Amino acid sequence: MANAITEEAVQKTVYEALPQFGVDESDITREATFEDLDVDSLDLAELSQIIEDEYGVALKGDDVGKIKTVGDAIDLVVQKGS
Amino acid sequence: MSREVVITGVGAVTPLGVGARTLHERWSAGVVGIADGKGAATEFEPTEHLSVKEVRRADRFTQFALVAGDEALAEAGWSDELPYEGDRIASILGTGIGGIGTLERGKELLIEHGPKKVPPLSVPLMMSNAAAAAVSMRFKLLGPCHGIVSACSGGADAIGAAKMMIESGHVDAVVTGGSEAALTPLSNAAFSALDALSPSGISRPFDKDRDGFVMGEGGAILILETRENAEKRGAKILGTLRGYGASADAYHLTAPDKTGGGPSRAMQLAMKDAGITPEDIVYVNAHGTSTSLNDSAETAALKTALGDRAYEIPVSSLKSSIGHLLGAAGAVEAVATLLALRDRIAPPTLGLENPGEGLDLDYVPGSAKPLNIDDKPAIAISSSFGFGGHNAVVALEAA
Repeated sequence: MANAITEEAVQKTVYEALPQFGVDESDITREATFEDLDVDSLDLAELSQIIEDEYGVALKGDDVGKIKTVGDAIDLVVQKGS
Repeated sequence: MSREVVITGVGAVTPLGVGARTLHERWSAGVVGIADGKGAATEFEPTEHLSVKEVRRADRFTQFALVAGDEALAEAGWSDELPYEGDRIASILGTGIGGIGTLERGKELLIEHGPKKVPPLSVPLMMSNAAAAAVSMRFKLLGPCHGIVSACSGGADAIGAAKMMIESGHVDAVVTGGSEAALTPLSNAAFSALDALSPSGISRPFDKDRDGFVMGEGGAILILETRENAEKRGAKILGTLRGYGASADAYHLTAPDKTGGGPSRAMQLAMKDAGITPEDIVYVNAHGTSTSLNDSAETAALKTALGDRAYEIPVSSLKSSIGHLLGAAGAVEAVATLLALRDRIAPPTLGLENPGEGLDLDYVPGSAKPLNIDDKPAIAISSSFGFGGHNAVVALEAA
């Protein structure tokens, strides 16, 4: 059963996932770009898997191209789940 | 005239620790890096050498190559700046199985949790070219880049391929070697099913009680370049890669030809390539796996290739100290051979008490011994043989 999709919950998931990819926790904000955080397509594929597992929402293909910032990713998940 | 290929840097991660010198010094001192029937690189802690991201992006076999690569490049004086254009440097690395640990974890997740749980990094980590690719990326090597896959001769075949690439003029330098991290449940079970692994967990090459090989893990990197370029840039030359010879048994998928025909041809080809005769060889670093079949076939091959000289030369096996590193073995053993030659010693075959029947060469039992070669060039051959009937032999001369 997928978890309820709230902005707060998704943000928590994303913020907890990024350090696993080597991102410094103190650098993580909604405005930070994945490029600046050195989060690339392989990391986003892993993030997508974590999100899909928790919320049942997949970030695939064109979606990933649209995501520039951490906030973009959170918003897209919330939007797709609503 | 062919371009002479020299070695200007070496690095290693092995069951004896991190570092090529550590490998050389501990083996020469008689240290055994095998515990509980395996040669694990227990002193290797990846996060001491690599960032979180680098560790996540690399299977253990790739991590060994990266860390050995750091050491080798530093020794060659390449760390701050590459001495040649990036596209003139190749990355050619051997492995037997590649990222089998990654493969096994992926399969476990697939079975237990379904396809959506298989990590997206599975393929890029498990592929057998992953170490060569990672080395190329880490050091910005823009030339040819690929893995060499020939089971337990992979490391030696990579070095041979690298040598030919430099000689032919395709590149000016190669970062080469091999790595393996196959101390995994599947790999262990599969080698055991073949009766290849030692049930006693003891690696004692050439001994009458030898009962199979002990698996180990690790990697080694060598920096190869032309003598002309190395001298021009004032590099310290550790030694010369004099020759490479390779052959196939075309006999059996796993068993060696008892007469040692294939290995002896590889030895002869390596000597021919090096422009040397058996009289020039002062040390043999044997494949010496501690299996019944290998050690007797290899002894036969040495007698065929070297004639009476075989009885005069010390022959020892690093596998007595660290076990069999599969596709990394040829590279790790080339590094160990080079450093032994530099010190003019023959490191020991540990655990050898009573040679098996017909095994009557000087296997350097127990402790290292000096080579006593006076001013004669310090030239050795190092042999590697692999399942599939692959035979690869390199001839090295230390400065």
